[in-house]
Amino acid sequence: MQVVVCAKQIPDPATPYELEPDTHLLVRPTEQILDDTDRYGVEMGLQLAQASEGTVTLVSMGPAGNMQGIRQALAMGADKAVIVDDPSLRGSDALTTARVLAEVIKREGFDLVIAGTESTDGYSGVVPQMVAELLGVPALTYATAVTAGDGSVTIHRQTAAGYDIVEADLPAVVSVTAGVVEPRYPTFKGIMEAKKKPVETLSVSDLGLEPDIRQKVVSVEPAPERQAGEIVEDDGEAYLRIVELLEKVKVI
Amino acid sequence: MADYIAPVADIDFTLNQIVELDDVSKLDGFQHLDQDTIRGLISEAGRFYSEVIAPLNRVGDQQGSVLQPDGTVKTPDGFKEAYEKYVEAGWAAAHIPETYGGGGLPYTVGIVFQEMFKSANMAFSLCPLLTQAAIEALIAHGSDEQRDTYLGKLVTGEWTGTMCLTEPEAGSDVGALRTKAVRQPDGTYRLTGTKIFITWGEHDMAENIIHLVLARTPGSAPGTKGISMFIVPKYLLDDDGNPTIRNDVNVVSLEHKLGIHASPTCVLSFGDGGDGAVGYLIGEEQRGMRYMFTMMNTARLGVGIEGLAISEASFQKALAYAQERRQGRAIGAPVTETSPIVEHPDVRRMLLTMKAYIEAMRGLLYTTAKEVDLSRHADTEDERTRAGEIVALLTPVAKAWCTDRGVEMASLGIQIHGGMGYIEETGAPQHFRDSRIAPIYEGTNGIQAIDLVLRKLPMRDGEVVKELFAEIGRTAAELEAHDDFARFRTELSAGLQALAEASEWLGRRLEAGEYNEALAGATPYLEMFGTVTGGWIMAKSALAARQLLDAGGGDDAFLRAKLATARFYGEQLLPKATALLPAITAGTSTLYQADPAALGP
Repeated sequence: MQVVVCAKQIPDPATPYELEPDTHLLVRPTEQILDDTDRYGVEMGLQLAQASEGTVTLVSMGPAGNMQGIRQALAMGADKAVIVDDPSLRGSDALTTARVLAEVIKREGFDLVIAGTESTDGYSGVVPQMVAELLGVPALTYATAVTAGDGSVTIHRQTAAGYDIVEADLPAVVSVTAGVVEPRYPTFKGIMEAKKKPVETLSVSDLGLEPDIRQKVVSVEPAPERQAGEIVEDDGEAYLRIVELLEKVKVI
Repeated sequence: MADYIAPVADIDFTLNQIVELDDVSKLDGFQHLDQDTIRGLISEAGRFYSEVIAPLNRVGDQQGSVLQPDGTVKTPDGFKEAYEKYVEAGWAAAHIPETYGGGGLPYTVGIVFQEMFKSANMAFSLCPLLTQAAIEALIAHGSDEQRDTYLGKLVTGEWTGTMCLTEPEAGSDVGALRTKAVRQPDGTYRLTGTKIFITWGEHDMAENIIHLVLARTPGSAPGTKGISMFIVPKYLLDDDGNPTIRNDVNVVSLEHKLGIHASPTCVLSFGDGGDGAVGYLIGEEQRGMRYMFTMMNTARLGVGIEGLAISEASFQKALAYAQERRQGRAIGAPVTETSPIVEHPDVRRMLLTMKAYIEAMRGLLYTTAKEVDLSRHADTEDERTRAGEIVALLTPVAKAWCTDRGVEMASLGIQIHGGMGYIEETGAPQHFRDSRIAPIYEGTNGIQAIDLVLRKLPMRDGEVVKELFAEIGRTAAELEAHDDFARFRTELSAGLQALAEASEWLGRRLEAGEYNEALAGATPYLEMFGTVTGGWIMAKSALAARQLLDAGGGDDAFLRAKLATARFYGEQLLPKATALLPAITAGTSTLYQADPAALGP
């Protein structure tokens, strides 16, 4: 099975970041890490590919930097990577990102595309579905378990109550939640071999696309300080207030 | 917060700006290792130690390794599984030469891995550390057949190793050991005797344990000259090469220790059940002690790293606590607010003291490790010899100075927590307890000081020491170009002058044959030596940070912090060095003035 995994390099969330004052866009450091969400996608892809003697191709978009994040995914065992790095894609919206990824995926060929449900830096959470639409294949989302083979893929789709079992014919796009599988740690050998694996860097013109970015960050506000909690004094009827609060947050 | 986060940026700065690892990477055999590759390896290894090994530190302390009624030793929950992952990931083999199935990384990078493992979980790290020593012994002195038989699985970590030296009456004085080895007609030996303090001497994480045992053959010379070294596997290999035949090596008991509870410290009995445990001689008879010396520098550096590693782990906890804990109001803070304790000057002082010593230790240890690499791989014989001399000189300093600092820093880590620091839940007390063994094992710090004064100071008629001092002097001179380093320069020069004076005084005592006069000052001398070489490292750090700041484009906040800790060291910690001169040059005068009986109650 030919598996494509969408993977993104992001700045290490543990280190301080800066926004450009005029565009409000993130200043990208040279050193970026593999988005933690994508470790699950890569692991899932590797397991499915290994079971079917297939391959895993990473597809990424964003400033390549020193490729540390991509190398991390290759060190886990992916076979090769294609990254689209083009200044004209700065501040790209979800649809533009999906168009670029879909174009690369088409070029590479695929039976199954795996992506995380959403990135840790952007959080739009819509790219996998858009990619599926653009590729004209089914989107199976929020997978907590995935099995594939014999031309079809089956997932457990996480719901508020539990999970639905969803099945589709291949080719298809699956978005996986954190915890779908336990990501492996790259081995020493894997890290050394990753250096030699093919990584192709493309520009937008290589893909014959013209980006049409319609999203603009208008302003950025600091997140509101956490408000002090409510203290309920128990005068014998406090349970009523607690029930009311629980109903309000829809847990009962 | 996480139990431990690998300080990758600090490690990277030390490797590339202070130690200049490029000098090693450009040598034959290491040329595939560019900075990005090494950085990638360190950050992935760091993630592994932080996420897989560090969470087991507490449980290891609480449960400890426990001797079972059937004579096996059960390691704390999670250790076996984590060790399996460690072996699978291949970290065990990373810095072993490729010829023996390792990853072929420089020793300097290996020492970085050791630091991270030890910060994450010192007790756990001792198992691979001892295995490493066994590997080095076999590489250096084993026969081809012995290497073929044992190295493969020791290198991957599937088997582990031990070093069996100490006996009840033979501790620091190894030459007094009595374990007996008798040659059999088939060329193998039978060993009988008891060894104590055997680290990871028995456990459930590996399918076989290869003990390297020092023992005496009949008629051998007395003292260290008559000692031989043997391979004594827990399981002997059957005809198919599988470890299935149980050898007569058994755990009698485990020690109850102040710290490193997860590390089983065994009393091992050899040949209790009859004819003796089967052993195979390494090299020749009566050369065992000489073989031990080949591993001594790296083993001692491996323990020196523990001083650094514990300080780092302890510092991370203390810093997080100081930033979060609010208590009292710092001068100048709004009246309505309590301040995080990090705002109080005394807490700042403690944190800066920890951070500055940590940076100095890291620089000193990595510098020594780099010289180990150069002593093995430099292009010319001359360079290799020169590097070997620096290793010999700096090893006792790195071992003793860093492990003494480790205990002090772990104690400061507790102090920063206030009353909570005395409570086990914070984890701070465990670091303190764990740290306390490092000044004792692998040659007590007192012995390191003797080694420095009696063996290292006189190397090449004192020229080796003088060359290092000249090098430190050159770095001190470089500080001159910067106004804000003026005091640092004054202190470094003063420290260096005191160190030179102390060295000369000791040299004269040795020439006059007044050994006890020299040894009386050995420990303060080592401390002065460490404090001044630490100052040299921090001067390099300051110069590098200044240069990168001036060049621009770096992480300014990080570099400014480097300047601050370097200056703090130079201006406030380094001055302690000169104050040690009277103690070093006092000789035995007061030490032996009073009858020990008169000192008692």
